[in-house]
Amino acid sequence: MDYKDIWVFVEIKNAEIRGVTFELLGKAKELTKNSDEKVCVVILGKDCSRFCESLSNYDIDKIYLCNNEILGDYLTETYSLILVELIRKYLPNIILFPATKIGRDLAPRVAATLETGLTADCIDLKVQDGNLVQTRSVYGGNYLVDIICPDKRPQITSVRPNVMERSEPTEKNQPDIIKFPVDIDPNKLKTKIIDKIETTVIDVKPIDEADIIVSGGRGIGSKENFKIIEDLAKVLNAAVGASRASVDAGWVSKSCQVGQSGTVVCPNIYIACGISGTTQHLVGMKSSKKIIAINKDPNAPIFEVCDYGIVGDFKVIVPLLTEAFRKKLSKD
Amino acid sequence: MKFIVCVKQVPETNDLKFDPNANRVLKEGVSTIINPFDQFALEEAIKIRQEEDEIIAISIGDAETKSTLMRCLALGADKGILLDDDNFQDSDTFATSNILATAINKIGEYDIIFCGNSSFDTGSSQVGPELAAKLNIPQITYAENVENVENGKIKVKAQTDEGYSIIESELPLVITGIPPSSFQPRIPPLPKILAARKKPYDVWCMEDIEGEKSKYGSVGSLIKIIKLYKPPKREEGIILTDDPNTSVEKLMELLSKDKVI
Repeated sequence: MDYKDIWVFVEIKNAEIRGVTFELLGKAKELTKNSDEKVCVVILGKDCSRFCESLSNYDIDKIYLCNNEILGDYLTETYSLILVELIRKYLPNIILFPATKIGRDLAPRVAATLETGLTADCIDLKVQDGNLVQTRSVYGGNYLVDIICPDKRPQITSVRPNVMERSEPTEKNQPDIIKFPVDIDPNKLKTKIIDKIETTVIDVKPIDEADIIVSGGRGIGSKENFKIIEDLAKVLNAAVGASRASVDAGWVSKSCQVGQSGTVVCPNIYIACGISGTTQHLVGMKSSKKIIAINKDPNAPIFEVCDYGIVGDFKVIVPLLTEAFRKKLSKD
Repeated sequence: MKFIVCVKQVPETNDLKFDPNANRVLKEGVSTIINPFDQFALEEAIKIRQEEDEIIAISIGDAETKSTLMRCLALGADKGILLDDDNFQDSDTFATSNILATAINKIGEYDIIFCGNSSFDTGSSQVGPELAAKLNIPQITYAENVENVENGKIKVKAQTDEGYSIIESELPLVITGIPPSSFQPRIPPLPKILAARKKPYDVWCMEDIEGEKSKYGSVGSLIKIIKLYKPPKREEGIILTDDPNTSVEKLMELLSKDKVI
């Protein structure tokens, strides 16, 4: 059978295309350079025809559109059913999922059903001798592995947000839109969502997609003191992150938690305030492009991974930094 | 009801040496623990069990993996099953879920399969969903709490990128658990550790589960590791220890100079 093209799974969040989708498109475009493979996208959702317009200037060849009321909320059962049908019919060579909670739930279900290989949470991809070489981090970031899926197709990958370069819009083209019929009997489903509890504020960027994160740890000491962190974040238009200790203490919501049992992040700049740097936290942030650490303990492990560190009391340092950035950014 | 908890024994530390020629890390002599997320999954099973229910802890490994299964028994599992066969070695997640699916079919009827959402060492979060796909039953991943089980249905609170969903599912299903930040792994008291030794414990090889050799180990694996290596070292950081004003001033200069901001 002839497996061809790279598909990008479009994740919809709060009725918008998630930013990570454009990072996957950027990588897909790079991977198809010097080959006759095309970049295609797959959209599942309700009222999602409107996204075809906004995707039409990203140099996409085809849009597979699965538009149905029943796909309004992500559910493993419905999404995997439709995707597996779609893949069996159109035979892509490579499929890129975002390594978000949805991507990491859906990709292994789909891959196992199709009896093909999967590599999760990749930080780099390249094509070599006809195989997709997928790089991911293992053993708490102490090692990297390059993985291929030599004998099965499609090759399926989930890609960590914030590591690939975004695709920038180009001139409009007219991608073919393939409307795929969605025929699911809701009475036959075994699972359903009976409630949704939103703990994140809709306007706030998810931490795994933020360019800058200002994070606070145990050293912050109280919910009131977290205001100092939030002030700096505001000036930098950054997301607020936290160590497990601050989440445990109830100072910030769980969705802010960076680390092994929270979210793994790799922003351009990570500012760690009052975070000593437990292994479980370091795993979650040490691949950030630049790390700034502020801690009063000069021996804190966070200083071993940071690019810049200030030894001192965050209560004094952070407000000074906030002020310095405010001045600098208003000048630029 | 019958609960099956899949557990993985992992190295206690991720600071491991490696053999660059064999593309593998060296685990010999490194002490091991039960994967913390798997212990959380086991605790969820223990939390919802009724007197008449049975909890089976199952793991793929070798003689050394017994200690992890004994820990599960001491914590409250009723029976341990070790899946130990040379043909199981070097399995990727696809082959691993094949082994588990075959063994679980051998166990027969079951209601809930619990797994950790990811493992401390390799952390791909794939085995749970792959197992569910092979058994053709529903999956709920990122599960933080089993709310209740009633009339053949289960309600689970699962993390989403927006917060949480409460998902209802028919049984049987696979749940992969991720501990809430309040979770503290228990250490069983000595009498429970001693009592665990008297609980049923089986070792099954490939023949015992009526497995097909081609589905496991490196033969049954679909992905291949072509290289394992150390990530590039970060340059050593610049640590400022002056008075706060000077440190912040210096930092701002460095950030400008390095074009960070």
